[in-house]
Order: sequence, then C-alpha cells, then structure tokens
Amino acid sequence: MSEWVDACAVDDVEEEDLIRFDHDGKTFAIYRSPDDDFFATDGICTHEHALLADGLVMDYIIECPKHNGRFDYRTGEAKGAPVCVNLKTYPVKVEDGRVFIDVA
Amino acid sequence: MSDILIIGAGECGVRAAFALREAGHEGGIALIGAEPHLPYERPPLSKTAPTAPKIIAEEAGYVEAGIALMRCSRVESINRAERRVRLSDGSALPYKKLLIATGARARRFPGMEAARTLRSLDDARGILDALGPGLRLAIIGGGFIGLELAATARKLGTEVTLVEAAERLMARIVPAEIAEAMAGRHRAEGARLILGTGVAEVRTNGITLADGRIIEADMVVAGVGAEPETRLAAEAGLEVANGIVVDGRLATSDPHIFAAGDCCSFPFNGARVRLESWRCAQDQGAHAARAMLGCEEAYARVPWFWSDQYDLTLQVAGLPDPSLGHVRRDLGGGAFILFQRDDAGRLVSASGVGSGNAVAKDIRLAEMIMEKGLRPDPTQLKDPAVNLKTVLKGVPA
Ligand SMILES: Cc1cc2nc3c(=O)[nH]c(=O)nc-3n(C[C@H](O)[C@H](O)[C@H](O)COP(=O)(O)OP(=O)(O)OC[C@H]3O[C@@H](n4cnc5c(N)ncnc54)[C@H](O)[C@@H]3O)c2cc1C
Ligand code: FES
Repeated sequence: MSEWVDACAVDDVEEEDLIRFDHDGKTFAIYRSPDDDFFATDGICTHEHALLADGLVMDYIIECPKHNGRFDYRTGEAKGAPVCVNLKTYPVKVEDGRVFIDVA
Repeated sequence: MSDILIIGAGECGVRAAFALREAGHEGGIALIGAEPHLPYERPPLSKTAPTAPKIIAEEAGYVEAGIALMRCSRVESINRAERRVRLSDGSALPYKKLLIATGARARRFPGMEAARTLRSLDDARGILDALGPGLRLAIIGGGFIGLELAATARKLGTEVTLVEAAERLMARIVPAEIAEAMAGRHRAEGARLILGTGVAEVRTNGITLADGRIIEADMVVAGVGAEPETRLAAEAGLEVANGIVVDGRLATSDPHIFAAGDCCSFPFNGARVRLESWRCAQDQGAHAARAMLGCEEAYARVPWFWSDQYDLTLQVAGLPDPSLGHVRRDLGGGAFILFQRDDAGRLVSASGVGSGNAVAKDIRLAEMIMEKGLRPDPTQLKDPAVNLKTVLKGVPA
C-alpha cells in the first residue's frame, strides 16, 4: 500500500542539491538532479550516524559529510568504501509544484 | 598459492585486498595481519566508549571475495631474491607481488615508558573501559588523538589534565585559530590544558613536568605521534626515510614490492609526505592494488583528514603551510574555514571547524578546487553567500 506524503515545494530544493525531510520520527533526503528530476532516500548514512543533508551532491552522487561515503541517490547504491550498505530509496512524484514521497 | 600477499590487515591492507578483486584479479590473495581481531576501524577508538569494535568487513565478505585473511600472523622477514616472506610460525609464503601496509605504531619518547598509548583495539579497551567519574586521567600530547581521548573522557565525567610541550594544540596539523577554538572548547568542558610545558618523568601514577610541577593521575596516556612501521622494509634493503619510500604509483625501489598507507612516504606536489589519514590509507590501498595489476597512474588525491571532539568536527583538505596567510570564511554558529593560497593563487589548503558537519560541504568543494588546480577569487572564498560549487564549476557568481 502506498502512503504518499507531501515533503516540500519544488523550489525548496536547488538543482543538484538535497534537503532533509522528517516524517513520523524518520529522516529522509529529497534530491533534485541536474536535469530537474526528484529522488528520495533515507536521510542518514549507512556507515555511521550522519545527516546526508549536510553532504554534497555532484551529478547523481550524494557524498556523506562525515567520511565521504558515496551513494547513487537514484538507486541508493553504495559506491565503495567506507560505505558498503545501500541506502533505501522511496518513490517520488511531483504534483502542482509539490514533491510527494511514498514512505510506505 | 597466493600470488599477491598483503602485509598488515588494517584500513589500507583490507581496502587493497578488496580492490584487487574489484579490478578483476583472479589469482590468490593473502592478507596477513598480526592482530587477533577481525580488521576494524581505528578512528572510533578515541571517539567512542565503551569500545565495541567497528569492523571493516564481515568475515563472510573475505570468504566470498576469496581473500585468505590470516589473523595472529606476523611477517618476520622478506626475502626479495626468492620472493617470499617468512611468518612468525616459521612457515614461508611465496609472492609475485607484495604490498606492505604495516601502518604505524604509537611513539613513546625516552622517559615515557610507563605511559599507555592508544593505537589498537586492545589499547583502547584498556583505556576507555576505565573512564568515568573518579578516574584522574593525564594525557601527554595535544595532537588529535590526545584531544579526542580528552573529549571522550570528559563526556564520561573523567578528570582530565592534558600536557602539551608546544605553545598550542595540534601544531602539526591545523592553523592556530582553529587550535584556539578547540582549546577554548576543551577548557569550557572542564579539561585542564597545560601548554608550553614538557614532561620530565612519567610514572604509572602521575607525571613530573619539566618545571617541577607534579600531576597526580590514575592513568597516563601518551599521544605524541606515531612512527611508521618500516622494519621489514629496511631489513630487506628497501629505501626508508620517515616511511617506506615509494614512487607515484606507490612502488618501492623493488618493482615487485609496493607500500601504502601510514607506513609509506610518497611524492605529493613536489615534496615527500607521509600521512596518518584514514581516507588516504583506503585510497592508497585501492591505488596500490591497481598498480600491482599494472596500472601506471600516479596517486594524486588531495590529503583529507578529520577529527571529532565533543560535538565539534574539524576537517582539513590539502596540507596547511604555516608560512602562508589565509582567507577566513565564517559560516555562522561559530563554524569557520581558513583557506590558504600559494604565490600563484592556487588553493593549497582548507581547514575548518564547526558543530557537526557544518564545514563538510565547503571543505569537500575546496578539495575539488585543489584537485583541479584552480585559482579561486579570495573575495568569493570569504563570502559564505557564494556557493563554492559555482567557483568549482567556473560559473561566474
Ligand atoms: C585512535 C585513533 C584515531 C584515529 N582517528 C582518525 C581520524 O579521526 N581521522 C583520520 O583521518 N585518521 C584517524 N586515525 C588514523 C587512521 O586510523 C590511520 O591513518 C589508518 O588506520 C592507517 O591505516 P593503515 O592500514 O595504513 O595502518 P594501520 O591501521 O596501522 O594497520 C596496519 C596493520 O598492520 C599490522 N602489522 C604491522 N606489522 C605487521 C607484520 N610484520 N605482520 C603482520 N601484520 C603487521 C598491524 O598490526 C596493523 O593491524 C586514527 C588513528 C588512531 C590510532
Ligand atoms: S558516516 Fe557516512 S561515510 Fe561515515
């Protein structure tokens, strides 16, 4: 079953950047890619406890601020040491200038 | 038979072993480590207590990748003529290529024999498990390990006195303004800092300072730097000069032997450097793996280092040069970054400190600016409203 949640406005996220979104005690990360697509993943690194929202987005990679672990935010794939566990991803849709993610 | 042997199952050796497989190596890989534990990360040893080790990879990971992990095995000597190593149990292992990733060991100056040091999980257990109210801890050395230990100890209510011979903290690693910010925080947290004072004598129950003062303590820990573990290389006739000397590919003077991580001295920007940096150990391990398989590229990654003390994190990219001035970028909440440029205007270092990951993004962008050899406009570096990504991409701000 889906559970779509209104996460933010399209303009809240800059191109090639991300923001943090908290819902129901969980932290998510909402990304806007260089070609203006939106994606969502868990908001905490899989290595240690670090907020990905403090990290750097370059193309389709989010780099963790703490030890530079890298993930492809479209698939959640961990791109090598020190991170080896993938990030969970969530479906995203954009409607009327708002970004929704399916947290189910 | 293992055709590639790696000596030292630390951050560097482990990374090299996995990188060999990632690069398509199909032959045998043996990873020989002196420690009894599954290879673990060292940085948490001074940052968290009590000490549950954070392992680098599960045992099954080594099995799946076909890496023969040999624990409790010490290499005693390298026979270059016959291309084999001798282990502490007397057995010999042949190699086609050998990687020395033996890391470093904690230094003790004469007179400090009675002090504990903090390098391994076993060291950490002996120290961290004792922390708490009622313990008086004396730390010799205001480098990052001593300071991280001081922070961890204070958080647990331990009484902490830290003695540093230099006039300021972390003199080897960061600019003075950052060291001052950290010193202020340690004092505010109740750690006693004694700067500009050497140590005359260390006992298990205290320290006598050079000026005659006595610091009573229940435990004394020395954090006065590390020495590269170079004995095997030196005895095998390889060149050693503050680390095992390697070329840009991380090869030693013997084309079948490579060295990487804390134990090696490598060329960087026309100088020779030896780092004690976790990310560098990983990157060099991966680079040495590719080099052993024939890759000719030179290792050129910009040095990067971090330290966590209380809720503050400091990060340094590049190599700070005390002879250069700096440009300061204030990020709010007390966080700031100091940038240094060389005579030609190229960015050469960025050192920042702040709560949590406040400086991380800008430090990472600064690192990429250095990698590209760019000459950023100092007014842009100074202005926190300027996104350094635009500087990196050369987009006019
Ligand atoms: C307490 C502590 C905190 C740290 N915090 C940070 C930090 O915040 N940020 C940062 O960037 N860096 C930090 N570091 C540094 C970082 O951990 C090192 O740079 C990194 O571990 C180096 O990896 P290495 O594999 O080269 O060496 P090591 O990790 O030292 O591993 C070498 C291994 O080789 C083994 N060995 C040596 N000789 C032999 C032999 N003859 N036969 C078999 N095995 C042998 C050793 O037992 C050891 O296990 C910290 C280090 C310590 C000790
Ligand atoms: S916490 Fe993300 S890489 Fe370590």
